[in-house]
Amino acid sequence: MPGMPNVYIKPAQHVQTAPSLELTDVTVFYGATPALDGITARLHTGDQVAVVGPNGAGKSTLFNVIAGITRPQRGTVRIYGSGPAGHICVGYVPQRNRMDMRFPVTVHDVVMMGRVGKMGLFRWPGRDDRRQVDAALEQVGMTSLAKRQIGELSGGQQQRVFLARALAQEAELLLLDEPLTGLDMPSQQAILTILDDLRGQGITTLVATHDLNEAAEQFPLMWLLNRRMIAQGTPAEVLTPEHLALAYGSQIHVAHGADGELYFTDTCCDGGRPPVADVLRGEHAPAVLAPEELR
Amino acid sequence: MEWLSWLTEPLSYGFMLRGMLAALMVGVICPIIGSYIILLGMSFFGDALAHTILPGVVLAFLFDWPLVIGALIFGILTPVIVGLLTQGGEVREDTAIGIVFAGSFALGVAMISTLDSYAVDLTHILFGDVLGVGRTDLIATFALGALVLLTVAAFYKEFLVLSFDPTLAVVLRLPAGFLRYLLLILIGVTVVVSLQTVGVALVLAMLITPAAAAQLLTRRLPTMMAVAAAIGVLSNVIGLYLSFYLNIASGPAMVLTATGIFLLVFIFAPERGVLWRRLARRQTAATPAPVGS
Repeated sequence: MPGMPNVYIKPAQHVQTAPSLELTDVTVFYGATPALDGITARLHTGDQVAVVGPNGAGKSTLFNVIAGITRPQRGTVRIYGSGPAGHICVGYVPQRNRMDMRFPVTVHDVVMMGRVGKMGLFRWPGRDDRRQVDAALEQVGMTSLAKRQIGELSGGQQQRVFLARALAQEAELLLLDEPLTGLDMPSQQAILTILDDLRGQGITTLVATHDLNEAAEQFPLMWLLNRRMIAQGTPAEVLTPEHLALAYGSQIHVAHGADGELYFTDTCCDGGRPPVADVLRGEHAPAVLAPEELR
Repeated sequence: MEWLSWLTEPLSYGFMLRGMLAALMVGVICPIIGSYIILLGMSFFGDALAHTILPGVVLAFLFDWPLVIGALIFGILTPVIVGLLTQGGEVREDTAIGIVFAGSFALGVAMISTLDSYAVDLTHILFGDVLGVGRTDLIATFALGALVLLTVAAFYKEFLVLSFDPTLAVVLRLPAGFLRYLLLILIGVTVVVSLQTVGVALVLAMLITPAAAAQLLTRRLPTMMAVAAAIGVLSNVIGLYLSFYLNIASGPAMVLTATGIFLLVFIFAPERGVLWRRLARRQTAATPAPVGS
């Protein structure tokens, strides 16, 4: 029996010509302090945007609002023309360190979880579900590892499996939280190649990252966030000294050298930022960004 | 054929046969529900729940209801009260569980202490009295056990998502709150069903020990549940015979058997056992590093 609707929710109206994501004045308070303040932005089908900003800038909160997990106190979220609550087309790829990888599930099981929303209550996976799962595994190159337990995979492979889960979900709006953190270069490259494919499939993608270099090199659009939307546009438009100073304050330093300006940011790890002075002395590998690289 | 009569002889007593049947059902459902408990890290909640239903058991005992009825009322009430206490966000969940757990356990013991047969009754309630399972108890055990198994089968994929990745459950717009309550109530019912077999104090072992052993042996949830149930049944059967022939209390005999099986698995399990990992480490250490790397 195909086309059995999800019994739990009233499906949302999905206007394909509407912006894939439209945020208007989105504001979230935790207690008295705003975590997000008046965020307004718009994305169209297939857009890929890197969401950057210092720790605590509200990147995770923004993703929770878009996914419909957190309700904003003010402002609206529209996904293809309607609020997030009725959509099961929002996929998200969690930070790996939040998951228990000893959990007894195979790669195939994890990807099949993406189908549960579409299957509906009291139903087992059908032929169509299995086909979607196989296709998703194929697309991320994980077919040969489908029978492995999730904890037996490397970090990069796990990340690809969670991407496949969102694909099997037939997500049209995809949220990735720090997908490249802690991965080696080949694994990062594999993920970025998959993200390139998604653009062609009309999947709108938001990637939260603390790495300005990576964001500028890999994504055509950027949102610079620090509770407020500091700047949005192409990396060249967003990464100006003024914007960076606004977003990072004293955490970023601009050095003028013979080859132009260099930006040093201290956003490496949660709270544990190496003093900028150490970075300038070369004791830590800095996040270095030269403006001409941005073009 | 002497060993055969060694096995069948105990079952010729009606109370042993009923006890064995109850132990089999408990051996199946406890480890299956227990698999969710250990995957969700809710052992404390399971233990607390077992203690909170004590007043219900005593009430049933006083008014001569089936034990199951009294326990069920408190078994379902506990998650609801804990939910109410934590709703405002002022009290942490584990704190609320602790308060409800200790308070109602004290209430239950206070109620028993008014009885003349205080010591005997308390022992039975705390450590189980599988040989005192009556006909109605047995029927209730099987009816409720079947209900638990059917519910798990019906909501299998939703429970899987909820226990692996609760955020995904919300994103897929599954009724996460309802599913969570349902799972808590299933834990409550399972505890109630197991009460007479292993008692309030030991039911936690029936829930988590076979499931923990099974997790070390398997890599998928359905097989983990099947292996856990097999270990549960085996422990209860062995425990009951030990109890019969060595004259040990039945509840502790079952739990000790399960604990023994867990230890064997913990040491000898392929790949994840202590011995295996130690041998694997020695092997990598003994292999000379490849030249030029």
